[in-house]
Amino acid sequence: MYLSNFTSDAKVEKGAYSEELIEKLKRKARKVRIEIVKSIYKAQSGHPGGSLSATDILVALFFYKMHFHPKDLHWKDRDLFVLSKGHGVPALYGVFSELGIIKEEELSHLRQVGSILQGHPDRLKTPGIEASTGSLGQGLSIALGMALSIRLNKSNRKVYVMMGDGEMQEGQIWEAMLKAGNEKLDNLVGIIDYNGIQLDGMVKKIDDLAPLKDKCKAFKWETVEIDGHNFDEILWALDEADKNKGKPFMIIAHTIKGKGVSFMENNPAFHGKAPNEEQYKQALKELGATE
Amino acid sequence: MEKESLREAYARALISLGEKDERVVVLDADLSTSTKTAKFGEKFPDRFFNIGISEQNMMGVASGLALSGKIVFASSFAVFASGRAWDQVRQSICYNEVNVKIVATHGGITVGEDGATHQSNEDIALMRILPNMKVIVPADSIETEQVIKKVYEEEGPFYVRLSREKFPVLYKDSDYRFEVGKYDVLKDGSDGVIFAIGREVYESLLAAKELEKEGFSLAVVNSSSVKPLDKELIYKYAKKFGKIIVAEEHQKIGGLGAAISEFLSEEIPVIIKKIGVDNIFGFSGKANDLLRYFKLDSEGIYKTIKSWYKI
Ligand SMILES: Cc1ncc(C[n+]2csc(CCOP(=O)(O)OP(=O)(O)O)c2C)c(N)n1
Repeated sequence: MYLSNFTSDAKVEKGAYSEELIEKLKRKARKVRIEIVKSIYKAQSGHPGGSLSATDILVALFFYKMHFHPKDLHWKDRDLFVLSKGHGVPALYGVFSELGIIKEEELSHLRQVGSILQGHPDRLKTPGIEASTGSLGQGLSIALGMALSIRLNKSNRKVYVMMGDGEMQEGQIWEAMLKAGNEKLDNLVGIIDYNGIQLDGMVKKIDDLAPLKDKCKAFKWETVEIDGHNFDEILWALDEADKNKGKPFMIIAHTIKGKGVSFMENNPAFHGKAPNEEQYKQALKELGATE
Repeated sequence: MEKESLREAYARALISLGEKDERVVVLDADLSTSTKTAKFGEKFPDRFFNIGISEQNMMGVASGLALSGKIVFASSFAVFASGRAWDQVRQSICYNEVNVKIVATHGGITVGEDGATHQSNEDIALMRILPNMKVIVPADSIETEQVIKKVYEEEGPFYVRLSREKFPVLYKDSDYRFEVGKYDVLKDGSDGVIFAIGREVYESLLAAKELEKEGFSLAVVNSSSVKPLDKELIYKYAKKFGKIIVAEEHQKIGGLGAAISEFLSEEIPVIIKKIGVDNIFGFSGKANDLLRYFKLDSEGIYKTIKSWYKI
């Protein structure tokens, strides 16, 4: 189910991505979704909706696109990822667990005293986190600074940053959009998790972003719209970003908040609420997990 | 007495740091001709970024640059650097514990003619409350250069507050070395002590001279390190006199006087006379006229002390 109709820009050639690859990414995404639900249930606190909508994109980034070494996290030529919508971090923890960056066991301590897994990304407590975020609207500026530094160093590393659609209402985002466009930072890739829902309800009702693509383009960003749950399209967009020159690149990823768990899908109630026991069991069943 | 601009001293220090270290980058938010960071920009155009009138974005960009290995100086007027971008300073800079030095000019009431919107009398309070943040307020151009070099050497976030006004030169480069958390006793005294920052250091020295004529010997301490405090020295004087004075171009709420009170109130009973702005906004006027109005000039300090000590 999609919130809005949109025309995808993806032009995926047949066989561009092997079935094997796509199946692997789907498997990983399913695992990550299960970990999101489990860790948030255990904590009885957290943001399942925006974690589940972001999952496929994060999986594509970390298992397909980005250059980094899970065993050498400070490798100097690594690509960088900033989760500007920091509340979606359970998805990132799930990815890190799958990569062996953190132990799966850690996930059960999410949001608890002494845990390395904070409620929002903390670069000093969690290995692999590049920037601490949580106050919405700040991550794009940080990513912009990283991209400037990388360009000064004449390095070809890339910076990826994910924002929420509600987050796009923050003024600072547009300050950074303006500057990145004017700086022609083609090592910067923005991803908007366009799930149509923010905390209080529908983005459209609260403070609509449409036409979002036109806005990004007007700020001098090369912009594509894709289905953020279709791996062929996600991979296509990430590859397009590599080919793009002379502009920052924005991927507007149409997604479903709560994706993968029927009663969370498109349900603002699960923006920041943990499932109860019954819902938890139902969610795991839908995701094909054993407890 | 010879006067010199703190902002010019800042630019000189930046350029000398830029010459010796490629990692030094400078950001401004469309005030570079005022803050003087433009001078760095002329010399090192690649390492200077005018972010535009977007202080919040500037603080985030500063964080990102620092996270990727740069040593970042970010400048604007104190009122905007501290207030407009406070959450960005808190989260993107302090919580990330990055190597960003916010050097804010136009602190205090002596901003003058621009009036209340541009006079920053709350910035020290806003910045010193932040974990990981250190706060420095130099008293002249020589100290400014030393402070800039010191904050470059020390890891982590700093807030340095400079003024619009030229300040009388108190130091010779050869005879003073600024240290974080260490104060400089410019004049010792046997009857009382005043801890001052910024322009108030000079005004306090003048007041002390007048008081001396009347047989009251006042120690004057340049307390440029607002956070961390020089606790040892403060304690020593507090114990010696039982009452102390603090002078600053800042709200009494939350400033240096408040910081010293917070410290001493857990250590020793002392009465603290705070000379500062008393819970009101400023207004337009010439810097010196404003100092006089707010009793922050040497005469105001002199009179406050006289009446407090019933001299
Ligand atoms: C500056 C700021 N204001 C408010 C919040 C509280 N908050 C957390 S998530 C959220 C809604 C975010 O919506 P969106 O960006 O669309 O994220 P998603 O739907 O992907 O979860 C809000 C208002 C915050 N974290 N930061």
